[in-house]
Amino acid sequence: MAGPTRGFLGRSRAPRDPRLPPGQYDAGADWPVLTAEPTPRITPETWSVSVDGEVANPTTWTWDEAHELPGAEYRGDIHCVTTWSKFDTHFSGISVDSLLEAARPTAEGRFVMATSKTGYTTNLPLEDVTGGKAWLVWEYDGKPLPVEHGGPVRMLVPHLYFWKSAKWISKLTLLKRDQPGFWEQNGYHDRGDPWRQQRYQGD
Amino acid sequence: MSGAGRAPAGGWRTATVAGVRRPLARSVQLRLDVPDRVDHLPGQHYVVRLTAADGYTAQRSYSVASAPDDPLVELWIERLDDGEVSTYLADVVEPGDVLDVRGPIGGWFVWEGDEPALLIGGGSGVVPLVAMVRHARAIGAGDLLRIAVSTRTLAELPYAAELVAAGALVGTTREAYGIRPAARLTAMDLLPLWEPGQTSYVCGSTPFAEAASQLLVGMGVPPASIRVERFGASGEPVPPI
Repeated sequence: MAGPTRGFLGRSRAPRDPRLPPGQYDAGADWPVLTAEPTPRITPETWSVSVDGEVANPTTWTWDEAHELPGAEYRGDIHCVTTWSKFDTHFSGISVDSLLEAARPTAEGRFVMATSKTGYTTNLPLEDVTGGKAWLVWEYDGKPLPVEHGGPVRMLVPHLYFWKSAKWISKLTLLKRDQPGFWEQNGYHDRGDPWRQQRYQGD
Repeated sequence: MSGAGRAPAGGWRTATVAGVRRPLARSVQLRLDVPDRVDHLPGQHYVVRLTAADGYTAQRSYSVASAPDDPLVELWIERLDDGEVSTYLADVVEPGDVLDVRGPIGGWFVWEGDEPALLIGGGSGVVPLVAMVRHARAIGAGDLLRIAVSTRTLAELPYAAELVAAGALVGTTREAYGIRPAARLTAMDLLPLWEPGQTSYVCGSTPFAEAASQLLVGMGVPPASIRVERFGASGEPVPPI
């Protein structure tokens, strides 16, 4: 690296919030929309989510069926690879654990490919979506999740960069071996831990 | 939307600023000499990282405007008043400065020059499309491109002369342009440009990209053939999800 950049002072960083991972900034009240495809139109009546692949009991839930599962919520921060973070978010829906308990991954199902209604995909190790670390959410701040933010239902994996939190979630497929999803095929990191700045392949 | 493929990706390099131009207010065009450079595909971007004397860093991503065959990498940066990186690049950088850069990055919003494409850009969202236009010119594939751009006024449009020369339909929202009154792009503008088999590339602010991509969907363009790059609140054109 070139060392200090001539004449660059940067913002005042005395009060840097310890919740901010390296290389991130606080987006405040903003919630940028970043999507690589047209926003689809999906109604709760036509939405469903399936868990398939390396599972003992492949299962599909409709909107009503998903709402019968135990409710779960997330309160905390989210981090986008484009360097914004947003503090104190509040999402509600269900835990991915509830879906996996019903579908029962086989011993060989070690990875998950999340697929959106649009065909967007993102890959995750199973341990990143189990143990209360991942949700399917349909409410933000107590209101229905807006379509531009992935509504009616999106995945939420807040301990990883937000491209792992697939919008318009429609399927979780258990896999024996890891396969790159959409952005992962296009230069982004396979895991995406913001605290380790795993932004791009090779980080 | 399927996965595209492994596009070229480069690691960190120390680039030397070979040229700085400010053809429009509130923006800057940087020409960078990138050693040991990995050639990009039109549409890809670079990260620029600034480091303060105490080690503090800030990095942002910017689309490449140059064609792959250009010996230099050209970035166009819109100056945001509260932009920590863009204000430095627009106000401080001089030829001869060195900058840490990383790229190329991104493999979805790319055009390889071998299939028909409809390019739709709003404001500084035209920058990655300019790389496509320049590449088409370099390889004699200009016939494959149809272009529509939207800007407040022609004088505020980056690379206006090149886009007009490439046949772009220019929609101006704050002034009349030619026979066209001041108006946003409409389906009437885009329909004559659309052909089956095209891939559409839409780039601009979030409201622009949303409106333009929904116009295409409303025209019957298959959503899976539309690739969108939206500017986030930070003004950068990097669009994970």
